[in-house]
Amino acid sequence: MRKPFFRPLAVAALLPAALLTACGGESGDGANGGSGGNSGNTIKVGVLHSLSGTMAISEVTVKNSEMLAIEEINAKGGVLGKKLEAVTEDGASDWPTFAQKAQKLIKKDKVATVFGGWTSASRKAMLPVFERNKALLWYPVQYEGLESSPYIFYTGATTNQQIVPGLDYLKEKGKKKIYLVGSDYVFPRTANKIIKAYAKANGMEVLGEEYTPLGHTEYSTLVNKIGEAKPDAVFNTLNGDSNVAFFKQLKSAGFDAAKLPVMSVSIAEEEVKGIGVQNIAGQPVAWNYYQTTAGEQNAAFVKAFQAKHKGAVTSDPMEAGYNAVHLWAAAVTKAGSTDVEAVKKAAAGLSLDLPEGKVTIDGPTQHVHKTARIGVIQPDGLIKEVWSSKEPIKPDPYLKSYPWATGLS
Amino acid sequence: MSDRLRGYALFASISLLLLVVAPLALPAFRLDELAKYLCFAIAALGIGLAWGQGGMLTLGQGVFFGLGGYAMAMYLKLHDAGGDLPDFMVWSGVEHLPALWKPFGNVGIALAAVVAVSVAIAVVLGVLVFRQRVRGAYFAILTQALAAAFVILLVGQQGLTGGTNGLTNFYDVFGRDPEAEGTQRTLYFVTAIVLGVLYLGARQLVKSRFGRLLVAVRDGEDRVRFLGYNPATVKTVTFAISAAMAGLAGALFVPVVGIISPSLLGVVPSLELVVAVAVGGRYALAGAVLGAVVMNYAKTSFSEQWAGGWLYLEGALFILVMTLAPKGAVGLYEQARDALARRRGVPAPAPTAPQEVAA
Repeated sequence: MRKPFFRPLAVAALLPAALLTACGGESGDGANGGSGGNSGNTIKVGVLHSLSGTMAISEVTVKNSEMLAIEEINAKGGVLGKKLEAVTEDGASDWPTFAQKAQKLIKKDKVATVFGGWTSASRKAMLPVFERNKALLWYPVQYEGLESSPYIFYTGATTNQQIVPGLDYLKEKGKKKIYLVGSDYVFPRTANKIIKAYAKANGMEVLGEEYTPLGHTEYSTLVNKIGEAKPDAVFNTLNGDSNVAFFKQLKSAGFDAAKLPVMSVSIAEEEVKGIGVQNIAGQPVAWNYYQTTAGEQNAAFVKAFQAKHKGAVTSDPMEAGYNAVHLWAAAVTKAGSTDVEAVKKAAAGLSLDLPEGKVTIDGPTQHVHKTARIGVIQPDGLIKEVWSSKEPIKPDPYLKSYPWATGLS
Repeated sequence: MSDRLRGYALFASISLLLLVVAPLALPAFRLDELAKYLCFAIAALGIGLAWGQGGMLTLGQGVFFGLGGYAMAMYLKLHDAGGDLPDFMVWSGVEHLPALWKPFGNVGIALAAVVAVSVAIAVVLGVLVFRQRVRGAYFAILTQALAAAFVILLVGQQGLTGGTNGLTNFYDVFGRDPEAEGTQRTLYFVTAIVLGVLYLGARQLVKSRFGRLLVAVRDGEDRVRFLGYNPATVKTVTFAISAAMAGLAGALFVPVVGIISPSLLGVVPSLELVVAVAVGGRYALAGAVLGAVVMNYAKTSFSEQWAGGWLYLEGALFILVMTLAPKGAVGLYEQARDALARRRGVPAPAPTAPQEVAA
């Protein structure tokens, strides 16, 4: 009894055939290319965040605030007389997926721009896609600097708007000996490189530098090491769940905010809820926006957001995402077109009053001028501003205006 | 004989579909995605060989996929940097090119390493494990642990590997712009042809004396040993071949997708490959290929509609297949035929010998 040689292939042949016909229908989508998402009565914009996986908890909040901004713009009649249509994609906390979904948004959906990303890894994965396709990405999270892609607008802080002010604050408070704790990835490592250069130039001493894998939750050894080193303050670049374990174990070892201040740059209102306010109250953080930031714009933003999401807090990255949408819309209106090069040109020097105050886009770097704010975590989980730069700080992603930073990039 | 001819005709028509119809019918962006699925299909083919034919449930193919991918990415990075340090080393505070990277500046060495490193590690592992007669679940757990450890190693050595970011941003793939449509088309053809050649090669292997021995080892390792063969050698060779396939898949994946990162190689992606093979039908090489293409296509299109829902569907599908159709989609045909035969009261054909099921 001889079996057909390749019979299983018969089944195999059917499915790809079905697949091809299914995809084939999309080829017509290319018809309205060119002007970038500006077709018919709507303008398509991409929203690309992790809606699943470990980053979802943070990124969904940014997605929500971006969607709020899109709705606000639509309620006022849209942009160039057309409504915005958001195409949402899931980056799934997976960097190659971000790159692929960015491709899909640009090439298939032909979106006018994309708002998205959170981790540096996702941005680094998307960067070549946007550069090669000459498409625009608005990235809403503070990051490690040393980057200035012509096809990315950075609405979060670069290092001289967050980490350097954080260090200035510690120095002002007379903290001379610091200990560095961070998750093992590109942001903490680069941040610590900058902190060490700053410390050297400002008479501060770095007593130790420790990295733990993302998601690490055992910090008793590290807490002991910190206890033995006796620093004046800790600079914390841990990310995500690790903060919960770190602050709990730090507190149970007897280190509270009064005894050992821990300056954090990745803990905002949303994260405070997860860590448990009892573990972290009184600790300083460095950002550019808090839910409590004064001003009419912010009051309206917080109110609108909480009307849609009951009991939710607003945080710095959420505000930066919200800003990104409004800044892009303003640039499109000014340019009179969604064409990427025209929007870039119109965006340079553009100024808007937004929840954090006046925000101006710096043309050459495509970062924004931002006010630095040091806050202290309150017992109710919100953050109270205790120090701010008098005016928005000009972005300097390569720290060129800081003599101590030469040789870092 | 006509059956055999029909088989060849089918293979030819699938080749036609992949090499002529798909490039004409699909927009460039979807063709690029299909190329990605074909990369996974190459790795799945290796799993089909090791698991379906050889009974070695390998849950760590991501390691070999990664070794191949990183070898390719290291070459591309060094080529782009043109004598300077690759960009991520600059951010990570590395000042001199690490010794490990130096050989990868040479394209020949890098391409050889794609296969050689995977094979070497598979052989060492195989010799250690199979000679000790470690098999079944123990082997599966061991390979899974290897995948977990490999990811921790990659993430921890940021200056050497790019950490969680992985390696990305390649400007020049063998003299061409990786984002240009022409390049992506070429890469698609290369991937499809590599898959076709490897498929034919794997088929020949399965049909050969070695293939029969492999299936015999799967179904009765001790008996094979008593007959005077050394199962450890058979298994090690097969495992090394499947590792080489995964390495090649990783190396092709890098220029196709433009990134390699630890998130592609860990426990979950390795498991997803195995699930795809199981759903497609592990006893047939075509089933492995089919499973990888269809499951990855479903993953992409599903996540465009319902973000985050894919994992549930994938899990449910896996459970369904394992309980109702253990031979996967490709095996359904035979299952249906046997069921029909039973209904008609005709005694079902004698249990088919595994190597025939495989064909």
